[in-house]
Amino acid sequence: MQLFECPFCGLRSETEFHFLTEAGKQRPEPAEEVSDEKWADYLYNHKSPRGRTAEIWVHIPCGEFFILERDSITREVFRSIPLKDYEQLK
Amino acid sequence: MDHYSIWSLIAQGLKQKPAWKPAWRKAKPKSSYEVIIIGGGGHGLSTAYYLAKNHGIKNVAILEKGPIGLGNTGRNTTTIRSNYFYPESVALYDLSLRLYENLSKELNFNIMFSQRGLLMVAHTPTQMEICNRIANAMILNGVDGELLSARQVLGLIPLWNRRDDARYNCHGGIMQGRGGVARHDAVAWGYARAASNFGVDIIENCMVDDFLLEAGQVVGVNTSKGEIRAERIGIAAAGGTPFLVRKLGQDLPILDYALQAFVTEPIKPCLDVVVLSLGTGTYVLQSDKGEIVFGGGLDRIPTHTQRGNLPTQETVVSGLLEMFPSFGQLKMLRQWAGVVDVVPDSSPIIGPINKPGVYINCGWGTGGFKAIPAGGWLLAHLLAKDEHHYISEPFGLDRFKTGKLIDEATGSGIAH
Repeated sequence: MQLFECPFCGLRSETEFHFLTEAGKQRPEPAEEVSDEKWADYLYNHKSPRGRTAEIWVHIPCGEFFILERDSITREVFRSIPLKDYEQLK
Repeated sequence: MDHYSIWSLIAQGLKQKPAWKPAWRKAKPKSSYEVIIIGGGGHGLSTAYYLAKNHGIKNVAILEKGPIGLGNTGRNTTTIRSNYFYPESVALYDLSLRLYENLSKELNFNIMFSQRGLLMVAHTPTQMEICNRIANAMILNGVDGELLSARQVLGLIPLWNRRDDARYNCHGGIMQGRGGVARHDAVAWGYARAASNFGVDIIENCMVDDFLLEAGQVVGVNTSKGEIRAERIGIAAAGGTPFLVRKLGQDLPILDYALQAFVTEPIKPCLDVVVLSLGTGTYVLQSDKGEIVFGGGLDRIPTHTQRGNLPTQETVVSGLLEMFPSFGQLKMLRQWAGVVDVVPDSSPIIGPINKPGVYINCGWGTGGFKAIPAGGWLLAHLLAKDEHHYISEPFGLDRFKTGKLIDEATGSGIAH
């Protein structure tokens, strides 16, 4: 079993976490100018990189949403970043 | 090609040194083909076979990065069924099931298809209502589905947990009698042999790195064995597909997950249907060798490696022991994982992409094996006619743009 770090609760079992989506997607705006294609791309398409990834996860018991940086091949976990800090980091 | 029959078996058996010929040719790549198929798993091999058989296109090469049939084709739990909810899905999966029913004869290769029946067990009155709904959907879609009482279900699976403290009591179930299992390797080998016999080149250990582009058009591929040109390209590379088509600027709505399977030591026959519990999410069957083969849901962490995680193993194994406590005496022989390409609506993607002449068949997620004949049939149709077969039409990429998803994950209320 792996331990992931919740920015609020600290290290917890991987079973308490839920993957939501890849990080870094920007919601296309303004809505009335967004084509169906662009919207579908935003909603559904993934980069699914091999290697280092940044993803949005939620820690189910406390409800904290955060960025989890990890490796999609080795499964190594690098770090967890609260969503509010992520924009500044980029 | 040798014709396999009881007589050829006896004739070879009587020889001091049986002289079986290799079932398919090991081909060297030519410089160009009419059609290239990337991916030598079940779907790629069956595509080549149906291109030759249904459409007369025999100048075809299959490019496989390793040996054929060793990806998910050789890693699944061999179950074949068509108990889906939406008419589009049933048309697709039942085409596959019907093709499977005649496949051993057609390929002259015993795929050991055993239609032993697929049983879904319900544990609560609510789950029985879900079963009712599924049975009605199946019957409306023209597929066999039979609602069973608790007594009937227990008659089929006498080893089911009937203890007073059982967490999931049997409340009834639903049966698809035409469902069953087949030998997965034999499906790959049978299609490979039949395709090779039509003159298709099966090129193993040939990794496709990139596409050859001329004036924005795809004219071939760059491989570890050099450039190979083709008029049309079919991609049936499962989890590898997104990486290939991204080189053409096409993104796909696919995430890769690991899906695990487990096998125990072989025992005497004790389970003659495929059983899925709606409560535990674990499904189980007994192989012809006597092993108990079982699996469950996806690992919930996206990954590209064929390795499973421990919490999911725990969930699946405890599910099995809850269903059949007596299996707790068995030793586990093997556990493995395959990488499955999961689409948001749990339905496959079959159709053209952003470049003319390039077609994909991927996104089968956890259920690609049962769809091998249909996937090949439909991709071959696209490659030969440059237009959809009516069955594959709803499964194109444009459904994500139009919103016309075929959401089987919610539709049938079970894991796929």
